[in-house]
Amino acid sequence: MLKMTHLSKVYRTEVVETYALRDFNINVNEGEFVAVTGPSGSGKTTFLTIAGLLETFTGGQYHLDGVEVSNLNDNERSRIRNEKIGFIFQAFNLIPDLNVFDNVEVPLRYRGMKAAERKERIMHSLERVGLASRAKHYPAELSGGQQQRVAIARALAGSPRLLLADEPTGNLDTQMARGVMELLEEIHREGATIVMVTHDPELAARAQRNVHIIDGQVVDLAEDPRFHHSVMAARANSPA
Amino acid sequence: MFAYYFQLGLRSLRKNPLLTALMVLAIGCGVAASMTTYSVFRATANNPIPQKSSQLYVPQIDNWGPEDAAENKGEPPQAMTYTDATNLIRDHRAKRQTVLYPVSLSVVPNDAGLLPFMENSYAWYGDAFAMFDIPFLYGSAWSVADDNAHADVAVIGRTLNDKLFHGANSVGKDINLNGHTYRITGVVDQWNPSPLFFDVVNTNAFDDTTEIFIPFTRAVDLKISTNGNNNCNKDPGQGWDNWIRSECIWLQYWAELPNTADADAYRQYLNGYAAEQQRSGRFHWAPNTRLRDVTDWLDYQKVVPQEAKVSLLVSLGFLLICLINTIGLLLAKFMRRASEIGVRRALGASRKEIYAQFLIEAAAIGLAGGLVGLLLTGLGVIGVGLVFQPDIAKLATLDVKLVLLTLVLAVVATVLAAFYPTWRAAQIQPAWQLKSN
Repeated sequence: MLKMTHLSKVYRTEVVETYALRDFNINVNEGEFVAVTGPSGSGKTTFLTIAGLLETFTGGQYHLDGVEVSNLNDNERSRIRNEKIGFIFQAFNLIPDLNVFDNVEVPLRYRGMKAAERKERIMHSLERVGLASRAKHYPAELSGGQQQRVAIARALAGSPRLLLADEPTGNLDTQMARGVMELLEEIHREGATIVMVTHDPELAARAQRNVHIIDGQVVDLAEDPRFHHSVMAARANSPA
Repeated sequence: MFAYYFQLGLRSLRKNPLLTALMVLAIGCGVAASMTTYSVFRATANNPIPQKSSQLYVPQIDNWGPEDAAENKGEPPQAMTYTDATNLIRDHRAKRQTVLYPVSLSVVPNDAGLLPFMENSYAWYGDAFAMFDIPFLYGSAWSVADDNAHADVAVIGRTLNDKLFHGANSVGKDINLNGHTYRITGVVDQWNPSPLFFDVVNTNAFDDTTEIFIPFTRAVDLKISTNGNNNCNKDPGQGWDNWIRSECIWLQYWAELPNTADADAYRQYLNGYAAEQQRSGRFHWAPNTRLRDVTDWLDYQKVVPQEAKVSLLVSLGFLLICLINTIGLLLAKFMRRASEIGVRRALGASRKEIYAQFLIEAAAIGLAGGLVGLLLTGLGVIGVGLVFQPDIAKLATLDVKLVLLTLVLAVVATVLAAFYPTWRAAQIQPAWQLKSN
């Protein structure tokens, strides 16, 4: 589903080159739930934005659903983002001027979908996250957990092949975080491919597989003993 | 997507009412100033006879010589002598031709209840009616035979016909002018070309047209002097006969030449005529002639008032300043929505979609500015007399064309002003924006 080979991302200024990703390799299969972990500044979010075609990369190859994306133009990249990828952000990133219904509608509008189909998909997505009754509410009228559920509904409405989540519970309290995580697990069980960036070992432990990044490279989790230990402990305590 | 973006645009405008009001007012004021001055410029720069302006020509012949011409950048006099005008009429080298001059006639109504009154009139040839496409309510122009016979015939205007004959068909009836009886051959329908192209030398070009027309030949017989300009470079001597034989210029001449070949041939004829006058000893200089069509003649006569041009330029400059302010306000407005742009890009909006969304939003602002501009233009047209002479100010009107132009200008100008802010908005990197959130 997602394959990066010897990928690099370099930020250049006149005096210095900074490698955000270096010889980065990852392969995520269809239907997998992968947690991408690593310390702050390790390159997790850069990986996610490149994976989501929100940013270009400097070298290497990236195949998304079998398509090599490096030579795609803005229109093609936008179309792939719209049709194949769903985003869930730490800060929810709902548009404050739009109500819940209109927020979920945004990606469907760019797909040129007819009004009746849009409405059906929106209501279905909102029902799935338990917020159908809040369709006419504005983001400011919802709790953080509810806002994140709206963001998930928005990501799901377009039936994406790949769901990219960046610290999806980072701005939520424990109870709300648990609810959102359960929702992601449910979505995964229904067949979605999920790549979730997190620095939380407990969330990482609930994924099928853990990819750890340090200094822009994928490393064996054992190379970060403290984090490794935390993940192992969380897995051991997990009810599953 | 247009409706969606338009709806988003309106929602965005409602969100920041103060910013929106500032932009709408800036565009409205700029557009209104431009359109008000344009309404005056349009009226004064109007082509009064577009269907024939390239077929009607004013010939000029230099009968005063290089010294006088030098004072006028080498140009021949702007009017013609009786001698030259009648010679040109006699030679009849144009499809149609007329010589004309303004006269003031005393009208003595048959109705005893009406007092005699003076009426500005023209003496010209019957060809003039067809040349100038003058519409008739009743009857027609007098004939060539009437011109040749120096007949007592007249054509009157609709307003005068209403006054003297209560609007009835007066063709064949008599009218008493300066104590002479003329038979009416036709009544002219509404005809008021602006500018009054056929006699911009003797009028200020924006007067109303006259209500009485009599044959030139008859007017000369009756020694009716001109009510317009008479310029002489030397004393013509006493009496009518001395005057019409003099080198005084007081007549306008028009020739109808249907195509370029005819115009070229007429130019050659004019030069030949001037050369003949040189050979005969009347002119002591080489032929110096001109032949200008309606638009060239109006340009040459500087019919468009200087203040109309200057005020239009100033108001366009003001519009530019308003638009520059609008660019700044739009930039602030659009860049404040960087996070929304980032989200939309992440959810599948291409740069083109961002362009479309923000340019349509700008168009909505432009439309609102256009509506305000329309209101202000209406007020401007009413108050234009504060800046322009009354005879010019009365020409400014808010018609359907100006209404549409005001709205189109407002929308187009605002969309153009929005290009830079929209370009900046479309350049927003979604990754950076979403990371910073």
